[in-house]
Amino acid sequence: MNDPLLRVENLRKYFEVRRGLFGRRRLYVKAVDGVSLTLARGEAVSVVGESGCGKTTLGKTILRLYEPTNGRIVFEGEDVTHLGWKELKWYRRETGLVQQDPFGALPPFMTVKRILEEPLIIHGFKDKREREERIYKVLEKVRLTPVEDFINKYPHMLSGGQQQRLVIARSIILGPKLIVADEPVSMLDASVRVEILKLLQELQRSYDLSIIYITHDLSTTRYFSERIYIMYAAHVVESASTKEILSNPMHPYTRALLNVIPDPDPSNRFTIKEVPAGEPPNLIDPPPGCRFHPRCPSFVKGLCDAKEPPMIEVDKGHQVKCWLYG
Amino acid sequence: MSISNLVMYYRTLKGEVRAVDDVTLSLQKGETIAIIGESGCGKSSLAKSIIRLLPRNVSRYSGEILFNGVNLMELDEEAFNREVRWTKITYVPQAALNSLNPVIKIGDQMIEPLLLRRKTDKREALERAANALKLVGVSDVFLHHYPFELSGGMKQRVIIAMALLTDPQLMILDEPTSSLDVLTQANIMNLLKRIKKEMGLSMIFITHDVALSSELADRVAVMYAGQVVELSSAEEFYGSPKHPYSQKLMDSVPTLRRDKELSFIPGSPPSLLDPPRGCRFAERCPFKFEKCSQDPPVTFLDEDSYVKCWLYEKGRL
Repeated sequence: MNDPLLRVENLRKYFEVRRGLFGRRRLYVKAVDGVSLTLARGEAVSVVGESGCGKTTLGKTILRLYEPTNGRIVFEGEDVTHLGWKELKWYRRETGLVQQDPFGALPPFMTVKRILEEPLIIHGFKDKREREERIYKVLEKVRLTPVEDFINKYPHMLSGGQQQRLVIARSIILGPKLIVADEPVSMLDASVRVEILKLLQELQRSYDLSIIYITHDLSTTRYFSERIYIMYAAHVVESASTKEILSNPMHPYTRALLNVIPDPDPSNRFTIKEVPAGEPPNLIDPPPGCRFHPRCPSFVKGLCDAKEPPMIEVDKGHQVKCWLYG
Repeated sequence: MSISNLVMYYRTLKGEVRAVDDVTLSLQKGETIAIIGESGCGKSSLAKSIIRLLPRNVSRYSGEILFNGVNLMELDEEAFNREVRWTKITYVPQAALNSLNPVIKIGDQMIEPLLLRRKTDKREALERAANALKLVGVSDVFLHHYPFELSGGMKQRVIIAMALLTDPQLMILDEPTSSLDVLTQANIMNLLKRIKKEMGLSMIFITHDVALSSELADRVAVMYAGQVVELSSAEEFYGSPKHPYSQKLMDSVPTLRRDKELSFIPGSPPSLLDPPRGCRFAERCPFKFEKCSQDPPVTFLDEDSYVKCWLYEKGRL
């Protein structure tokens, strides 16, 4: 593989919360706790996990919408971990975010044209004609056509799928190299979902875009990404190619996830599924050792609850954070 | 239960919304029907019409709902409230997580329907609530806790326990797991399967998630633009759906264990303010022909299944 576009090393993001009388005790929510990943130019990876596992925080920290607590983010060979305000503007242009709730992500009082013009103005496109040209081009690209029908509309006049297309258009209008798509389809209907995923895939290919697809839904990842990172309680617990994860899951958590996701099948109604008991831990004070141990069916006493497992490379490109493989 | 020609329209500033438009369904004892469809197709409105939780601006509400031989449509509000709603038919609403009152203890909320309708005393009611909680796998100490002390999955269990408390014959579940995590969702589905098997009650399970619907459904009703366009057994529906819309919908469902080319349905559903005169799916249908400009009849394929599509017209097959 040639030089990666993005390299994230041991990234951490802690949020401070105050507890106790007058906030004298300082506590931290460790939302992302030592995550590493790499992304090649034009590659799509998925980050999969349940709500509260830190996947959204990871995405936002990579985009530098949050200031990292520590660790390193290297983008195109440049260390962007602690870029100052001025240089950040460059990084903003190279990256884009697609939010989960398209309606919430669009200012209700701006027209489609104004929404798309804003980033262009901020990034110094002074020529009005050029701005207009770009807006037309990007709207055609996301297939909000005929453009004339959409350009003067407000977000509430668009359907959910169209709003999401507009959010995508905004994220790519500056020609970024990296897009973080945070649950871009979870609020949409099944058929529209496929439409949007296909659009993202098309953009990935035609612009050689790298995409980090953040989702809780494993079943859509196989249609979209080449590699999957499974997150649990602020850690990446397993990573491998999509095919490998789906055919040979190793971490007990990944196995549990795969096991419970239904395919449409009439025999489902006769089987009770095995589900690990309990709930994900609180990230202020996570359990010692492996964070999954209180729920794990193959938990080893004295090891899993005492020592944090390292990331173990079990096969080329397949890593698992679990003592079963150590 | 059998529902025939159920209609529920409501009036808005823009005109009349035909949320439920001539729906006919029947449900056997102990059977679960899943109602699936995209958002805005009227599936929640159908559920609310059955338990008569109507919007205030309702403009037309007609048809027949036979339940144990009694036409519910003929009961007046008071009788309906006393004998049916939250006693024989219970309802687990969408966004159930927010439907618990935050300032009342779990136990006190749970027994409210019992105290109001059944004239049991408080001690006995609390005892039954404790049993119901145990049944859904929540410790009865939570009777004395407030909703904020419970996680999402536990709140959902409490609501299901509440819906079981009055020994209902029919439970309507409106997207019961849509805001829960994958593992929690699987837990709740396990619970519902157990309840279904052990208590033999009928369920109407409303969801937009086709894969999830297969976890409970004995039969599936597919709704499109206010109408049920297909009613099939689970075996038929997940194997070979009949209506072109069902087929397209199935093609858009990602599968984890099988390779499948996904496709989507171009266009969007018609507005329920002024739905097209003929088949409502015609505009997006790959098999459209001249007849589709007229409203297709309901064609029964056997006693328990039908399709509303000209392709299946009698004599055509």
